[in-house]
Amino acid sequence: MKGRKLSRRDVLQGAATLAAGAVFASPVRAQAPEPVAITPSLVEAAKKEGKLILYSSMDLPVGEKLGKAFEAAYPGVGVQIERSGSERLFQRIDQEFGSGIRAADVINTSDASHIITWKRNKWLAPFVSEDMARHFLPAYRDPDGMSATSRIYLSSIAYNTNLVKPEDAPKSFSDLLDPKWSGKMVKGHPAYSGTIMTATFQLVRELGWEYMEKLSKQRVMQVQSSTDPPKKLSLGERAVMADGNEYGVVLLKEAGQPVEPIYPTEGAPTISGPTAIFASAPHPNAARLFQAWLHTRETQQFFTDFTAQHSVHAQVQSKPGRRKISDIKLMKEDAEGVEKMAEEIKTRYARLFRV
Amino acid sequence: MTTITITAAEPKKSRFDFTRPVLWLFAAFMIVLIVLPMSWLAVFAFTDKARSPTLQNFVTLFTDPAFLDPLLTTAIIATTSALICCLVAAPIGWLVSRTDMPGRQTIRALVTASFVTPPFLGAVAWELLAAPNSGLLNQLYRYLTGAEDPLFDIYSLTGLIFVISCYTFPFVFVLVANALDNMPGELEDASAILGGKAWTTARRVTIPLALPALVAGALIAFLQAMTLFGSPAILALPAGFHTMTTKIWSLFQYPPKLELAAAAAVPLLVLTILLLQGQKFLLGRRGFSVVGGKYGAPRQVEMKGWRWAALAFCLIVLLNPVFLPYFALLNAAFSPNATTLVTPSTATLHNIVFVFTELSSTQLALKNTVILGASTATIGTLLALVVAYVTTRRVIASHRILGFLATAPVAVPGIVLGVGLFLSYTRPPFVLYGTLWILLLAFLTINLPSAYQQLQAAFATIHPELEDASRILGATRLQSLWQITAPLLRTGVIATWCFIFIGVMRELSAAIVLFTSQTKVLSVLIYDLNESGDLAAISVLGIAMLMITFAVVLAVNRIPVFGGGAAARLRNS
Repeated sequence: MKGRKLSRRDVLQGAATLAAGAVFASPVRAQAPEPVAITPSLVEAAKKEGKLILYSSMDLPVGEKLGKAFEAAYPGVGVQIERSGSERLFQRIDQEFGSGIRAADVINTSDASHIITWKRNKWLAPFVSEDMARHFLPAYRDPDGMSATSRIYLSSIAYNTNLVKPEDAPKSFSDLLDPKWSGKMVKGHPAYSGTIMTATFQLVRELGWEYMEKLSKQRVMQVQSSTDPPKKLSLGERAVMADGNEYGVVLLKEAGQPVEPIYPTEGAPTISGPTAIFASAPHPNAARLFQAWLHTRETQQFFTDFTAQHSVHAQVQSKPGRRKISDIKLMKEDAEGVEKMAEEIKTRYARLFRV
Repeated sequence: MTTITITAAEPKKSRFDFTRPVLWLFAAFMIVLIVLPMSWLAVFAFTDKARSPTLQNFVTLFTDPAFLDPLLTTAIIATTSALICCLVAAPIGWLVSRTDMPGRQTIRALVTASFVTPPFLGAVAWELLAAPNSGLLNQLYRYLTGAEDPLFDIYSLTGLIFVISCYTFPFVFVLVANALDNMPGELEDASAILGGKAWTTARRVTIPLALPALVAGALIAFLQAMTLFGSPAILALPAGFHTMTTKIWSLFQYPPKLELAAAAAVPLLVLTILLLQGQKFLLGRRGFSVVGGKYGAPRQVEMKGWRWAALAFCLIVLLNPVFLPYFALLNAAFSPNATTLVTPSTATLHNIVFVFTELSSTQLALKNTVILGASTATIGTLLALVVAYVTTRRVIASHRILGFLATAPVAVPGIVLGVGLFLSYTRPPFVLYGTLWILLLAFLTINLPSAYQQLQAAFATIHPELEDASRILGATRLQSLWQITAPLLRTGVIATWCFIFIGVMRELSAAIVLFTSQTKVLSVLIYDLNESGDLAAISVLGIAMLMITFAVVLAVNRIPVFGGGAAARLRNS
């Protein structure tokens, strides 16, 4: 039991340390604030504010379910979720801050490099909950307390079991270049989705732009969000998903849809989803309450169970029957690398895929 | 009555006419409304980031295939859509207006239904129907023939042109049917009496008389197809190509390239203005003079045995914008996975429950949309009313300018206006971005031209002598307007109100640039849901949106003060 858990954490750490180290590297000495517990006075203050606005890139039904769970835990504090792809949220926040609009309280992004920019702009508020301080490895929280990793998940490939026999299914990213998949694949867009941006960075790093170039010649159906390819796959609109949320595939499979995830032999791109509070949050106490609640063991366990994503909370167990992340070959995340390369990825990708 | 006679005896100069300052205020408002965003657009298009003058944006634009391809694609889409719209709308317009085809009112109502359907919703519905593998029609085709390859691929240039045409042809239909409705029967009678056969009469009289309306319709269809954002965003991107509107939208991606977006808007603007000028030149002085006036009723052609064939033709055409898409949306709303045919045992209320109890932005978007729809329709109708009054009655010297300002936004595509408004109102002195006001301004501007044209036509039918009589008897301008003109105008006013309300529900291209989380509208919510592939949720929201639109339009038509009959008028205006 202990050994299994350790190895899971080792893998997670291996996957994310580099990323987190880069994200949270700061010239100033770490100065996270004192950990905060969920106290009756915090709850009272949050109830006075009445609601909070969460900008999130999570799959919509998943995010809304999370919001409803919070509302059930703290009646009187409503959650309004503004769901969009992380890259679009990033652009929207830039646009809103540029115009003096402070609408967002909390953000959960799927492109960890965004935290670097927002932190540099001094747009984030430090906040550390007791659970974060006790049960999150330093690699998964900002040394200054500006964010914490709320979820870890994969971008995988997958196939529709009605359209492809298991033995014919692709096993690796390079298998996708086989002409037999031409016109049969669907994928997300890195200028829209943070998941796809992060995954594209890792793919380009491991396989080179040549891979992307060859893939672009395969007449791939181009959708926007990384949450869309699993849905197109389950509709049978395309036989194979070239990238997209692995958790979406797992959830659809568990719901009886004809989809099957594949963990590519090259490794599956790993994505961490950090959550942060904006310094300008119009509902600061509700934001703190939500941030603390989201990272409690109970919420993280609940979140892991119903979303098929992974938690870095030390006490959270993976749901029985699901594939453990420690058994999957992963690609390493590197948020700083993504930050440096984001614009190049958008430009080159648009040139290759023509949209 | 006595008092009026007494006041009439007083010298007129002693009373200050309040109308003038009010009219000038309106003029100033319109200048801000239209000139300000266009000026900012020009500034950004012709300067660099430091705001020093440059033409570099245009050089980038016209040397990069990434911009030229969308421009060409857009031209192809707009031309072919306009052509298809004319080919479909002209015969249906003729059948409905000039023949004894059965069910003519029903056909008109169905065309109205396609007009009320937002084009982006139609595009999603056609995804459900004709996505190459999962589309319902392709599933049916495979089931029936055992074929492997799909029959339709909606994610293609052809697919996009088809879907755009579905929701653009009502514009052409309305113009053609109106012209045919109002065409004097005497001219055709004369041709017939002089021995002209049916075809000769059609060729020498009817078609030339209807041609201006058809050309105007083609032009409107071209502009609509060129400036749509939703349908191309939903269908062109999966197919791997851009149109100008989606390209401009993509320039807003981080880091935003506002200068390029402004510059990319210029070709659309120039093309629109050229087209409008071209229409003026083509039609010249001939054209509308015979339309209207007191002539005999138009001739009705007896179709005899062809009556039912004609009806069948209309219904088959209307399968595409109305029956099939509505069916697909209804099916998806109750289906566990959007493109599985619902049976009593698989039907689920899950999607409806999700949209109305779990989706946290539903209520806000519904509220914003209805508020914006009602307020834009009310303010827009008032504004158009005043401008139409001023221009038809030539109340102030500069009435022409006012008329021009009210028509000018026709030349500004929604997404271009969105960019202009974004540039104008995200910086001091007017920071309106983030409020509903900026959306109100956008929707007002977009809807003003058609509202103005409708009300101008309505004013033209009321002879000024009626108002003059009232004023001679001592009423002020406002009194005579209220007592004499207003009651005569009410059907026109109510039709205009409905027209703008529907216009707001349909609008996505400006809203997509201007919304924030607190000012989200239904069209934007639906667009977002499409990006994350939540097709069933879209279907539920879309049906709700259609029901709201129909309910509001019907309710407004039943307000007793305004009298009935406006719905019939709306279909024709």
